Amino acid sequence: MNFTRRDALVIGAGAFTAALLPIQAFASLADDAEAAFTGGAATTDGGIELTAPEIAENGNTVPVAVSAPGAVSIILIAAGNPNPDVATFNFGPLSGSQSASTRIRLAGTQDVVAIAKMADGSFARAASTVKVTIGGCGG
Amino acid sequence: MASGVKPRVKVPKTAAAGETITIKTLISHKMESGQRKDSDGNLIPQSIINTFTCDFNGQNVISVELHGAISTNPYFQFEATVPESGDFTFTWNDDDGSTYTDTKSIAVS
Repeated sequence: MNFTRRDALVIGAGAFTAALLPIQAFASLADDAEAAFTGGAATTDGGIELTAPEIAENGNTVPVAVSAPGAVSIILIAAGNPNPDVATFNFGPLSGSQSASTRIRLAGTQDVVAIAKMADGSFARAASTVKVTIGGCGG
Repeated sequence: MASGVKPRVKVPKTAAAGETITIKTLISHKMESGQRKDSDGNLIPQSIINTFTCDFNGQNVISVELHGAISTNPYFQFEATVPESGDFTFTWNDDDGSTYTDTKSIAVS
């Protein structure tokens, strides 16, 4: 079977796209998780604060804190994890402030996203890039 | 993983009425993420704590849904308003159906 120059280009482009697929698959999972929480509504910047380290040496325990005054619930998403869901905080009537902190696992260097659902139904979004030296996914 | 699970909670003993206090909770749990493989290359099934709730005298303070990306020994820090003396109830629900609870009393002076 002889390849023409054009065939070779097409095959090459196909292989290149296939190699990129896993990354895109993770990204779309994160988008799905965001859409599931917001219901497709637009998000605004500001009104929510996400505190995460710039560099995490150990991806198994990365301390993160979120704070969003006036929020009903806050969702945390790790865009580069095999399963992007991290946690959802729902604040009850006796919560002193709409803030919480915890420790999470990150598979590698990636964006951590926090989205707050405000009492009036709007959504605020914050993201922060965390560099991870050792991934936290086992394997 | 119902053995060796020990909740630890830090709540101040006294507070002024209406004061906002900080609560820290930690529970020892493996939080098997479902991503790891054993020495034979088989996936270890997920086994995590999936929800955590904190109530004060029956009123909700915070409830959290956990997924596989929460670290081993899940730790939470949050704030609560204390209107009167009473008890904080902390509840963790495991994937295997177990429930772990802890209570702490607080006196309002």
